Amino acid sequence: MTLWLMAGLLFTPLAWAVLTLLVDFRKGRVVTWLGILVQVLVSLALWAAVASDGGFYYFLGGWQAPLGIELRVDGLAVTFVLLTALVAAACGWHASVYLDPGKSWHRYFWPLFWFLWAGLNVVWLGGDLFNLYVGLELISLAAVGLVALGGQAAALRAAIRYLMAALLGSLAYLLGVALIYGQFGTLSLADVTALLSDGTVAAGQTFPLVLMLFGLALKTALFPMHGWLPPAHGIAKSPVSALLSALVVKASFYIAARLWLDLGGHLGGYELAQLIGVLGGLAVIWGSWLAFRQTKLKQVVAYSSVAQIGYLFLLFPLTWGVTDAISLQAQQGITLQVISHALAKAAMFLAAGNLIMSVGSNRVDALAGVSRFLPFSLFSFGLAGVSLMGLPPTGGFAAKWLLLQASLASGQWWWLGVLLAGGLLSAAYVFRVYQASFIDNTDTDHFFHPPKSLEVIPLILALLSLGLGLVAEPVLSVMALPFEGSSR
Amino acid sequence: MSLSVLMPVFALMTSLLASVVLFALPEKGYRLRTTINLVAAVVKIALVAVMIWGIARGREYEAAFTMLPGVEFVLRADALSMLFAGLSALLWLLTTIYAVGYLEDSPNRSRFFGFFSLCVASTMGIALAGNLFTFFLFYEMLTLSTYPLVVHRGTRKSLRAGRNYIIYTLTGGAVLLLAIAWLHGLVGDLRFQEGGHFAGVDPSLQVPLTIIFVLLMTGLGVKAALVPLHGWLPQAMVAPAPVSALLHAVAVVKAGAFGIIRVVFEVYGLEAAEAMGLLAGLALVAAFTIIYGSTRALYQIDLKRRLAFSTISQVSYIVLGLCLFGPLGVMGGLVHLVHQGIMKITLFFCAGNYAETLGVHRIDELDGAGKRMPGTSVAFTLGAFGMIGAPPLAGFITKWTMGAGALEVGMDWVVAVLVVSSLLNAAYFLPILHRLWFAEQQQAWPHERRWGRLETSPWLLWPPLVTAVLLVLAGILANVPFSPLSWAELIVLREVAL
Repeated sequence: MTLWLMAGLLFTPLAWAVLTLLVDFRKGRVVTWLGILVQVLVSLALWAAVASDGGFYYFLGGWQAPLGIELRVDGLAVTFVLLTALVAAACGWHASVYLDPGKSWHRYFWPLFWFLWAGLNVVWLGGDLFNLYVGLELISLAAVGLVALGGQAAALRAAIRYLMAALLGSLAYLLGVALIYGQFGTLSLADVTALLSDGTVAAGQTFPLVLMLFGLALKTALFPMHGWLPPAHGIAKSPVSALLSALVVKASFYIAARLWLDLGGHLGGYELAQLIGVLGGLAVIWGSWLAFRQTKLKQVVAYSSVAQIGYLFLLFPLTWGVTDAISLQAQQGITLQVISHALAKAAMFLAAGNLIMSVGSNRVDALAGVSRFLPFSLFSFGLAGVSLMGLPPTGGFAAKWLLLQASLASGQWWWLGVLLAGGLLSAAYVFRVYQASFIDNTDTDHFFHPPKSLEVIPLILALLSLGLGLVAEPVLSVMALPFEGSSR
Repeated sequence: MSLSVLMPVFALMTSLLASVVLFALPEKGYRLRTTINLVAAVVKIALVAVMIWGIARGREYEAAFTMLPGVEFVLRADALSMLFAGLSALLWLLTTIYAVGYLEDSPNRSRFFGFFSLCVASTMGIALAGNLFTFFLFYEMLTLSTYPLVVHRGTRKSLRAGRNYIIYTLTGGAVLLLAIAWLHGLVGDLRFQEGGHFAGVDPSLQVPLTIIFVLLMTGLGVKAALVPLHGWLPQAMVAPAPVSALLHAVAVVKAGAFGIIRVVFEVYGLEAAEAMGLLAGLALVAAFTIIYGSTRALYQIDLKRRLAFSTISQVSYIVLGLCLFGPLGVMGGLVHLVHQGIMKITLFFCAGNYAETLGVHRIDELDGAGKRMPGTSVAFTLGAFGMIGAPPLAGFITKWTMGAGALEVGMDWVVAVLVVSSLLNAAYFLPILHRLWFAEQQQAWPHERRWGRLETSPWLLWPPLVTAVLLVLAGILANVPFSPLSWAELIVLREVAL
């Protein structure tokens, strides 16, 4: 059973990538619908299996490490697999209606979409450093291709810039991996951790870890290395922006988090943890401020991603040198933040795409009258905004609450300011959009009304993000040991 | 699941479901929308009435589940929650009727009534919340659901008021969240409990608990419009009249005042709060707010703006009552939660009627309006006399009880505050009454609309008349069981072992 599930999970996307490469946009759309159905079912089944029987290690083809491919199938990994399935299904469905079949280059959306999905699954499940690298590269290349799909010169420029940043990040990461391999003689994260805990190999220098974290932070667009993100996410087609902001940046963060939680205790230090946390805090403040200043709707949403990503990096200081209980609280908070931001941001980008399509302009102040004539699309945007602000009962609020508790319990009260000010600043940019949409200066409905299916998708995602806060406890209990592998 | 679990859930769900359905209705579904609105409001009153009956006989209603590790979501109906839930359920019905008449033919009605119901659902949640965490959930939901109502007209002025409202309330919310999270980290998840938790608390916790108390009062004080956190309220009066009525009488300012009551009674405990010396400061702020609000009201020429400053003053009676630290004083504060609601909603309904029927917004345009609109003007007069504290109206009961309470505990200066405030109330209400009844009409009404023989639309006329009758009854029948005063007495007997 598990064999089939694992095979389905990793090979369906690759097979579908090849299949869709062979056909045009319309046929690719039909093929993709089928593939999405398979993937969602497989992800659900795997999640249910782990939720009932617990996590396990899986060796692809039966080969053991160091030669074989080792997959770590724990509660957290399958939760992210399921999240990916949900968000990707929503974006794929949206894209199948949203993208114009008349443009010949849009047929490449499907293969890139499936390569991206394959890469994401590899990253969530990957158990050794090199496989994680492969997954990461697959994601980056597919993502760059998707950005370039926008078609205009500006999209190509943004894509090239993104490519440079991604390559530099990969290079730094790979160098770090090589140094680790030189020192420990293994690429398996679990083995390296075991060697460090036994004291078989002395801790040595921090440098390889710093190098890897630098590369990953660049790919995650941590302040001040965020410059590539807003142009790329802002100019891409809306379903692509949604995929990129919701899932792609989370992949590199996920690797960084796992490295930190496994190796940080031995190779990291207080100063490093605080430094990363401070950069995260600055990202929250600076990203929100820039989001507030943008005149284009999608740029607002893109800069909001820079800010929301900042919260994630509070994981580093809040898990270093604290008790297990506090560390667990912080990990749970960050996990909820990853999930709720993924759902809310995907909803927001898709809703923003619908709004731009309706008013025929990408400017924020073009939204006047939308609240009266297009309440549906605005409502999804608004609900997603509530989650980003971290107001109850959303997942964003549950995350903020846990992070507040972890900050208080660990005595690192300075993060309280970041968490509270960040919420208010995000309210500022979200309410700016509401305010523009509430202006009532026209009595005629001159807006284009998008098809209902386009409007329903962001609403579903936004409602999921809203409901996450109410069911946070059961969701967290499935990932009973977040980021920790069960014994081999 | 037993009925005692389901009752509070049902009470919350009626308006939540109504809100979802109303959002989905097409703009033109006028009859269906009105029916749903009224049915939901009546069902809610019935549910609340059943719970009030049960609680008077010692039953308990509670539903809870774990939401986050170590944090519970609790809905619980007790005597105190029913004071607020009863008020909001009753006034919701009247405000809905009023709003249906007020918004006739105007655009965006689906949106308006959707958020309106959401707002009432939040209020019900605030009343039924069983711990601070749950309270905060609905407190923020109230902020979000009232914003679209405040900016409903979509004009530059209302958007500016909305922006100010949201800046004040969300900042207040952030302060409140900090305080609640800190308290949770310090002592864990605390259910609201009669008598509070901090009697005989470890002296080492005294300093953080004091700071947390100040933070809590700051966060709640924004909605309760304590000076200097009141700036949003006078601006928010640009909202449509039913929204102002809701903001001032039922939902927003009351949510703040109710939160203060919960914190003082059921988190800290009245005795512990007094022992830590927390109440003296609060009493001073409340007293200052009472005088300040009344004084500012004197200088307003816009009718709704004058009423807004009057709200700032009147809501602080509730807070001042708590600080009196004696059974009578506390009772006076609690009962004013209901009395102020009934009186202020009457006044705002009437102000809305003058604006809708005659186009009158300024006080100096009201000359002779009593002849043109006798029903509305009688209701307004009763509301104004109630606010001044003329016997036997509701406001008199409040002031009498509070005054007696102040003397009982030897805080004579409070009586002086009450007297000065009543004089100021008279000074800003009596000139309006004079213009209504005794002045001759000087010029044509700015924007007159006619409804045949009636002075105004029956949807607009009946709600203020009903609330005017209620405020008379609340005064005359103050000693009958289930009157606001008797209920406040019941709460005091259960909550405060003084």
